[in-house]
Amino acid sequence: MAKQSRLEVWKTYKNYVGGQFPRTESGRSYAVKNAMGKTIANVCQSSRKDVRDGVSAARSAWSAWNNRSGFNRGQILYRIAEMLEGRKKQLSDLLVTQGYTAAAATQEINRSTDRLIYYAGWCDKYQSLFSAVNPVASAHYNFSVPESMGVVGMLAPANASLLGVVSLMAPCIAGGNTCLILADQEKPLAAVSFAEVLHSADVPGGVVNILTGYQQELIDWISSHVDVNAMVCFDQEKADWQKIQEIGAGHIKRTFQWNAKQLATAAGQSPYFIMDLQEIKTTWHPIQTIGGKGGAY
Amino acid sequence: MATKKKWEYSPAPESKQPAAIASRYELFINGKWVKPTSSNYFSSINPATEEKLSEIATASEADVNKAVQASRQAYEKYWKKMAPAERAKYIFRIARIMQERARELAVTETLDGGKPIRESRDFDIPTAANHFFYYAGWADKLDFAFPNKKANSLGVAGQITPWNFPLLLAAWKIAPALATGNTVVLKPAETTSLTTLKLAAIIQEADLPPGVVNVITGAGQTGAWLTQHKDIDKIAFTGSTEVGRIIQRTLAGSHKKLTLELGGKGANIIFEDAPIDQAVEGVINGIFFNQGHVCCAGSRLYVQESIAKKFVQKLKDRISTLLVGDPMDKNTDVGAINSAQQLKTIQAYIKIGKAEGADFFESDCTLPQKGFFCRPSLFTNVAQSNRIAQEEIFGPVLCILTFRTDDEVIEKANNSPYGLSAGIWTDKGSRIFNISKQIRAGVIWANTYNLFDPTSPFGGYKESGFGREGGLQGLQPYVQFVKP
Amino acid sequence: MTFKKPVFNAQILNHPPVEQTGVEERTVRFTKRSIKGPSKMQGLLMVLSMIDLTTLEGKDTPGKVNQLCTKAVHLHDQVPGLPTVAAICVYPSMVSIAKKALKGSSIKVASVATAFPSGQTSLRIKLADTRLAVEDGADEVDMVISRGKFLAGEYAYVFDEIASVKEVCGTARLKVILETGELGTLDQVRKASSIAIAAGADFIKTSTGKIQPAATLPVTLVMLETIRDHYHKTGKKVGMKPAGGISKSKLALHYLVMVKETLGDVWLDKHWFRFGASSLANDVLMQVAKETMGNYQSPAYFSID
Repeated sequence: MAKQSRLEVWKTYKNYVGGQFPRTESGRSYAVKNAMGKTIANVCQSSRKDVRDGVSAARSAWSAWNNRSGFNRGQILYRIAEMLEGRKKQLSDLLVTQGYTAAAATQEINRSTDRLIYYAGWCDKYQSLFSAVNPVASAHYNFSVPESMGVVGMLAPANASLLGVVSLMAPCIAGGNTCLILADQEKPLAAVSFAEVLHSADVPGGVVNILTGYQQELIDWISSHVDVNAMVCFDQEKADWQKIQEIGAGHIKRTFQWNAKQLATAAGQSPYFIMDLQEIKTTWHPIQTIGGKGGAY
Repeated sequence: MATKKKWEYSPAPESKQPAAIASRYELFINGKWVKPTSSNYFSSINPATEEKLSEIATASEADVNKAVQASRQAYEKYWKKMAPAERAKYIFRIARIMQERARELAVTETLDGGKPIRESRDFDIPTAANHFFYYAGWADKLDFAFPNKKANSLGVAGQITPWNFPLLLAAWKIAPALATGNTVVLKPAETTSLTTLKLAAIIQEADLPPGVVNVITGAGQTGAWLTQHKDIDKIAFTGSTEVGRIIQRTLAGSHKKLTLELGGKGANIIFEDAPIDQAVEGVINGIFFNQGHVCCAGSRLYVQESIAKKFVQKLKDRISTLLVGDPMDKNTDVGAINSAQQLKTIQAYIKIGKAEGADFFESDCTLPQKGFFCRPSLFTNVAQSNRIAQEEIFGPVLCILTFRTDDEVIEKANNSPYGLSAGIWTDKGSRIFNISKQIRAGVIWANTYNLFDPTSPFGGYKESGFGREGGLQGLQPYVQFVKP
Repeated sequence: MTFKKPVFNAQILNHPPVEQTGVEERTVRFTKRSIKGPSKMQGLLMVLSMIDLTTLEGKDTPGKVNQLCTKAVHLHDQVPGLPTVAAICVYPSMVSIAKKALKGSSIKVASVATAFPSGQTSLRIKLADTRLAVEDGADEVDMVISRGKFLAGEYAYVFDEIASVKEVCGTARLKVILETGELGTLDQVRKASSIAIAAGADFIKTSTGKIQPAATLPVTLVMLETIRDHYHKTGKKVGMKPAGGISKSKLALHYLVMVKETLGDVWLDKHWFRFGASSLANDVLMQVAKETMGNYQSPAYFSID
């Protein structure tokens, strides 16, 4: 027998819910394989109850996250980028294991980091850009501002293991929402490991929740969850999109379909993605007209 | 003073004559008035007298197809190609003719829908015209509306309006659609089609290219055909949440863009430091405006316990001064309920409220013998768990609940599937900013209620719908972004 | 009726805030009431009966006051059955003249007092001024509050002054002029109204007529609401007198609408509501004549005194 090499320690990939890394409550898992068909990891096959827990964690986190200043959210998004930069090697290895070339893996991580920084900068700016003071014809001050929708369900796209998750999450939380993300079914490892980045980057627990599992099994449960205010998916599966909208109609859910082809391009990032997940609130208040020239009462 | 006679206002009825309502209305398709293929007509009645006003064509599926086709042709042939500044001029023309024919429109609106003539004259009609005037100006300025994006029109917009503000909501729908370069097929609610048909005539008079605006009349089925039509790019609907769900489901998976403006159960919150007498007016205006047929009505009143007794007494006193009756009388404050069916719904809710154990108070006014009328009323001793506090009654019935602290009232106000509007009454500015931020609703009226303006976006959170109408934000539902 | 001089209690300063825009929106609604036919005629006659026909000028003479008193009794004899005005309002020096001229009529004589219109003198002189008017036979006294003291926050002083004047009035009814045009905001109007009522005012009155703006619908509404709240709290009625700037009958009718819908029909009586005006009467008379004869009228046919 040749000299025995050190036995490798394998990693257990778990869900990310409420700032913790629980296994699926169902106890189920499925095998993630590499391009050669070899199993590289067993990941959680999440159930409807994990969806329930994820939404509940997101809802609990929403109010405090929503009430943070834009500046503070920007700091945290920037911190995520910093942490991601530090874990480049780990994530790159994972992407390569899942079939990326080394160059493609590096590019995906760089793009993801840059995208986080892009949105970090938007956190305290989109409000100014998309707010309005409306010149109503009565003695009232009237203004409209964007506000977060609340809890957003998000389906990660295929073939953009990390960039897809980042491109969903960043505009969503930049705008004060919290989210539950279903990782890509085939290549979820980068998404799950990205959760560790989030965890170490001062993102409050529950703001981002990431589940692995069979999207077909879970779409119905997210779409029909009454406490999910909006759903975002990519334009890959027409059937999924229809289903999400049909089910979401039950309680007037906002649904959005983003363009997967644009993900890796400049068009894959925009304040309009933040705005998709914003409501517009308009406030009126009377203006006293006593005083000043022509004023009388 | 000798004999003291109580001073009553003598009847001051507006004349019906300016309405000039025809005995029959056809469909307005491709710039012409065409008979329905079904040859079917339905009656439109005056809810205040139950007299027949006119008969109106029922659009069949074939008629809907014809209207959509005309709209598509008009889009491709004229409207899409037209210079935006010219488009604007057409819309300005509509606004001007509406102003010129304001009296006719106001009288028609009141005869057809039962709302007080004071409201149609002073609110519905001028605001509708102003809406066209406002959006007309946007037509050639869209490049400034969306930073770093070019906004293109969508194509054909199918629009469905409700019966509570018939002409005003037709304006809310048509004006932004036209300004952004879309063409329109609009279906008004069947009980109140007349002013929309008159608007079609105004659009004809303004000489818009044929097919740019089409008006098809009929009941829910006509609307369903419209929403199901393959060649529609956009649906805008105002109405019940129930129908909104059906429409959203119908459109699932399609390319059609959707705006929904649905129900509400607006929380109107009175703090102990509120300007009390103005708050009383705000509450009255919030629930009795348009007989309470208002999706953003302040139908859930939250009064801080420390002033509840005094405030409720003031409300009762004020309710007793409301003049209820003939909508055509210029002094009427509360007119007729829009339809027999709606009256039945309201009465059913009053029964439910009483059965739930809430205390009922109503004005002691006498109601006209004929027509659909309901006394302005309120419930006290209401709990969050009562159906009357949760469900939209859409009538002149106010539910009063009490609260003690800011946290409590925020939680209670948000404790609803709806999120369209809310009112906050307090003298403390910082509290207004806090509460208005915490409340999940699209329109917040602070120290005022039920105000509308073309420049001010309107629309809901949660099950009150999505998309905005009015203001800059009202453009976006009618455009698609392309690269600049 | 003996008057027990009340003691100032700072609690009366706790009043709900007033939102000006809301007040204006409410008053616009009153002006939308359409007063036609019999209700118009009844309203116009009511307006006439509520007028305090006023002359308050440095150049007033017995001659002028006598003429005004004649007008008060004979408003427009061409139309039979007209009421007389409620009162004549003059300076203290003219009270005895007016009293004599109006002898035998039911028309009251009101006298301004307390160093009208500015009120800038000592309490001693103000009380003497009041006493003189009352001794000369004034049925009603229209006093001014010390706006300077009020704006300086000396509410107890203002209160005591009103109470002291009221004491001197005896059986004469006291109207307290707030001079709202100098108070700055509707919140201040509300506060001044509360003080005046608590100190014993029989009427609260908007203005001297010497300062702009004088009576307005919003100011009057806030005062009426103060009266209403006081009535609900104590069961005691207080009268209201808008003065200055009401010269058209249509506007006067809208004031009556406001009184009716804020305080109720009980207040639609000259005992509880007055108009302080000089030119309003003729405009109302022209309207009455128009309602009676059917055609529009010319001012040349209506006597000016």
